[in-house]
Amino acid sequence: MDAILLQVLNGLDKGSAYALIALGLTLIFGTLGVVNFAHGALFMIGSFCTVTFNNLLSFERVTLSETELSPWGTPLEIHVPYVELWFGELGATMIDYSVFWSILFAIPVMLLIGIVMERGLIKHFYKRPHADQILVTFGLAIVLQEVIKTVYGANPIPQPAPDAFVGSVDIGAMIGMADNAVIYPIWRLVYFLFAGVVIGGIFAFLRYTTFGMVVRAGMADRETVGLLGIDIDKRFTAMFGLAAVVTGLAGVMYTPILSPNYHMGMDFLVLCFVVVVVGGMGSLTGAVAAGFLLGILQSFASMPEVKDFLFGFSIDQVIIYLVAVIILLTRPRGLMGRKGVMET
Amino acid sequence: MLKTLRTNDTALMILFTLVVLAGPLILAPVGAGYPDLMQRFVIYGIFAIGFNILFGLTGYLSFGHAAFLGVGSYSALWMLKLLSINIVPAIIFAVVVSGLFALLIGFVSLRRSGIYFSILTLAFAQMSYNLAYSVLTPITNGETGLQLDLEDPRILDSAGSAGQVASPSFFGLEMGDTAVVPFLGMDLQFNVGFYVSALILIGMFYLSLRIFRSPFGMILRAVKSNQTRLNYTGFNSRPYTLTAFVISGMYAGLAGALLVCMDPLAGAERMQWTASGEVVLMTIMGGAGTLIGPVLGAGIIKYFENIFSRINDEVVLGWFSALPDWLAEAFTTVISPFLGSGWHISLGLIFMLVVIFLPGGLVEGANRLMNLFTRLSGPRKNTASEEDAYADKGSLPTKAAPSSTVVNTKES
Amino acid sequence: MSNYYLNRRKFLQGSAVLGAGLVAPTIFSRTAGAFTNEPGKGSVVLGFNVPQSGPYADEGADELRAYKLAVKHLNGEGDGGMLGTFSSQMLKGTGILGRKVEYVTGDTQTKSDAARASARAMIEKDGAIMITGGSSSGVAVAVQSLCQDAGVIFMAGLTHSNDTTGKDKKANGFRHFFNAYMSAAALAPVLSEHYGNDRKAYHLTADYTWGWTQEQSMIAATEELGWETVNAVRTPLSATDFSSYIAPVTNSDADVLILNHYGSNMVNSLTNAVQFGLREKKVNGKQFEIVVPLYSRLMARGAGDNVKGIFGSTNWHWSLQDEGSKAFVASYGKEYGQPPSQAAHTCYVQTLLYADAAERAGSFNPCAIVEALEGFEFDGLGNGKTLYRADDHQCFKDVLVVRGKENPTSEFDLLEVVNVTSADKVTYEPNHPMFAGGSLGKCNPGA
Repeated sequence: MDAILLQVLNGLDKGSAYALIALGLTLIFGTLGVVNFAHGALFMIGSFCTVTFNNLLSFERVTLSETELSPWGTPLEIHVPYVELWFGELGATMIDYSVFWSILFAIPVMLLIGIVMERGLIKHFYKRPHADQILVTFGLAIVLQEVIKTVYGANPIPQPAPDAFVGSVDIGAMIGMADNAVIYPIWRLVYFLFAGVVIGGIFAFLRYTTFGMVVRAGMADRETVGLLGIDIDKRFTAMFGLAAVVTGLAGVMYTPILSPNYHMGMDFLVLCFVVVVVGGMGSLTGAVAAGFLLGILQSFASMPEVKDFLFGFSIDQVIIYLVAVIILLTRPRGLMGRKGVMET
Repeated sequence: MLKTLRTNDTALMILFTLVVLAGPLILAPVGAGYPDLMQRFVIYGIFAIGFNILFGLTGYLSFGHAAFLGVGSYSALWMLKLLSINIVPAIIFAVVVSGLFALLIGFVSLRRSGIYFSILTLAFAQMSYNLAYSVLTPITNGETGLQLDLEDPRILDSAGSAGQVASPSFFGLEMGDTAVVPFLGMDLQFNVGFYVSALILIGMFYLSLRIFRSPFGMILRAVKSNQTRLNYTGFNSRPYTLTAFVISGMYAGLAGALLVCMDPLAGAERMQWTASGEVVLMTIMGGAGTLIGPVLGAGIIKYFENIFSRINDEVVLGWFSALPDWLAEAFTTVISPFLGSGWHISLGLIFMLVVIFLPGGLVEGANRLMNLFTRLSGPRKNTASEEDAYADKGSLPTKAAPSSTVVNTKES
Repeated sequence: MSNYYLNRRKFLQGSAVLGAGLVAPTIFSRTAGAFTNEPGKGSVVLGFNVPQSGPYADEGADELRAYKLAVKHLNGEGDGGMLGTFSSQMLKGTGILGRKVEYVTGDTQTKSDAARASARAMIEKDGAIMITGGSSSGVAVAVQSLCQDAGVIFMAGLTHSNDTTGKDKKANGFRHFFNAYMSAAALAPVLSEHYGNDRKAYHLTADYTWGWTQEQSMIAATEELGWETVNAVRTPLSATDFSSYIAPVTNSDADVLILNHYGSNMVNSLTNAVQFGLREKKVNGKQFEIVVPLYSRLMARGAGDNVKGIFGSTNWHWSLQDEGSKAFVASYGKEYGQPPSQAAHTCYVQTLLYADAAERAGSFNPCAIVEALEGFEFDGLGNGKTLYRADDHQCFKDVLVVRGKENPTSEFDLLEVVNVTSADKVTYEPNHPMFAGGSLGKCNPGA
């Protein structure tokens, strides 16, 4: 029982990441009809916003020590962050909480990147074949990823969670189970809540604002909306920016869970395409549901009990694809896909 | 229009044969004239031609073609290990196995179309890759990759000379054998493996040409332009698309088999989605639906991967050695991020540039150049008919020069 | 154009007949010498095949820096580094056998296929006489067998799987780096001392050749101590989030977690384990512990604070105080402003060992080099007295047991050496079951 609860929790945080990225992807996929292979790169850039912001905060004054020497004989360098020099304790706290500050930093950055990407590149590809979209966005993804690699190096850069959120809580004890049965890292709970807030925000935005209404109308029938004299292009640009922000924030908050590295975007990309398609093309709810579903299934598949049950055959590495195949064969348009979207 | 194609085809075939067979001479000046890379050009050319039969003709975008390449590699290598070091049974077995595998996957995947088809093929390929990496390790030797071994049984020819692993051969002609001929200060390397693959490439190119021109090819093109309409006429297109899928899977299996015949190691990475993506990129970059495009695309991507990645700072500095030091270093600083370990950046930029400016791939670029040339040298004749033929190609500027061999890239 | 074509075609036919008739040697080398890529009078080309992209790119960059330094020293530039401390005083900074050392580089991408393609290019295109480098055992095994077939020497870089000099050993391949068995043998006494003999271990293992042999070695060594193995779970090499593998650990009654992971796998799995509160956990009245059998400083930096107090082993560490290490650290530090990693060290040493073997043999012929290296004993290269065993081409030397430092003084000072396990404690019989199967075969000089 406790093992199952733990895997559900595990699946939830993984699912949150899938759901957030897939949500961003399907906003682009569903509204603009563009297959965006650079979407993983947006996630990666989001997490590197945290790194950048952290680096900016902890920009250091370097002085050479007069007494101590490094092992190879040059004077030892002493590093002190300027923020600490200027603000003392407060500065140290600011650095500690840099992940949260990074959100404020990331929103304008991601918005800008999204808009520039859409206006500068994607816009010219709305009417081009999907294959061309794939190629151009794939090229863009490679370039973005390699630029990050050139700047930040190839090794993962750890970003610790704020001290207050380090460690874990004993969820089992809270709900009356045995002590230490279900221990769960605090930051993953934070991530789950954060994902919930963002997803809720997006849905509310699309549901209850005029802007959202127009966009939904545009998703359903772009031409008619255009005929009504509404400048749908501008809204779509904004949607692209929004999708970039959602994905970027998913990356920002994910950094304490997974140390940012330059190829993390590609690692998530394929999985998220599968998530979107399993959810059904053009369905936001479907994307979110599929994200959580596949996250949880993936967690369960890596339990030793499952392996024993399947005669020692471990399926944790193929479960997502297996589920994708089964769902696509039984439900032609995924869980909640609309007819006619991306079927030809 | 078809009639002119036919006469052109002979010329194309002859030109193609000549260029391929002259490979070592053409490639040596650009630093690519060594057996490993030349073999790769040819083998990935076969892979891309096969992919193009599916994608270029039917418009079905498979994102899992590398799985067939991998299956071909593994089955060929097992043949080399168990049966004989001769490459013939290995190749035949690999083509058969990958064909069967393609039949299975194609039968399931072709029940869906569009992006759903792409994701299904991707899912199957990723499953194959992950299984090859983990559960199927006894067959695939996991991450290290399957290799020939001193203890291989090899029923037909007894284990090789003492202490050395035998290398794959074609009735005694070892694939690794190379004759080096000095020519104009260059060392031309004539390699047996290259010529074996090259002859197969020429055969496969001819086969693909025949498929493109056959009634079967016409049906596949009809599938691409409007499958729904085709089905409404009471025509069941699925057997045709499935056939195309299997043929293209067999091409991939053949390429996989040739890869292990040239270098007897089969690694699981060649089944990863990035490898599947690579063949898509090759085909689109060269020109999907064109005959020669995929081979061209394969050549360029492999050239980048193997030549650009090996240019390090020292080499770049060497280029500018004639300049003053500070200038040389300035140039090196500007250029070296795009070379050596940064070769991916150049590749990414080239993808983008090609797609943005040459929607029909490099073949279209060549045609535009050719057109410019003919326009300069004399008045054009059949402008109207050409533009008619491309009227449905919305994104393509109508001024662009179409060619008789260009088939529209996929519209959707 | 067509004339050339005809000529070459005739030539091809000729060589084909010749090849079929004589069962020609594998590769006609470009200089048609006595062995593959026999160097000319002026210079000799070495091939440095390191990961420049992919998850081990930083390690590859460090290896490449070490190689460049080694080439400098061999050619008599710089301060000479370990040339001065090396017990065999054959290298004088005059190149190798009087020839200037040149090099070519390639990218393994940490993929067997790509690594072999890159190595083949070095041999066929650039005329490399020796290939070295790499940061993964899968790649090392793949490239080693290629070098065997092509008839050049392979000096392995960072490869820790037992198989490299075990069931996949080759006559043309040599490994200076230690292996999984040695790690386990060196760690076991330290683990016993700190954690006792009554422990229950849970293994998470990277699912590839190195992971398997590391897991096997650790299980054997710890079970000998009296530890019990609760479970051993394989994790995909491509995994980035290990939470779903860590979670079952918290529910088992294991009190030690052994992470048979390397590189980004290790960084992520260790980070996840710490996040799940494993290090504060108490099981069976004992403090829960984590062990990382193979450590690298570059990884330790990636894992940040999480490595503090965690035991592991390493081939070499820059804080060692012997003459060789000091000379190397000083030389490397001056050149690049940072201390070398263990990968850099092993690559530097391998280059020197190759050069020295060529000098002693008086030839670049791979068979002569194999003979010179087999059974070679040396000192002064940072690991104390070392033997290149003839039976399997593995170096036997002291192994360092290290622990993540509690109070690092700099970003490089992350590990402290707890124990130097002497070479005899980690030596095993050549026919040890973990290394059984496969044979060296004969040295292959190529043409």
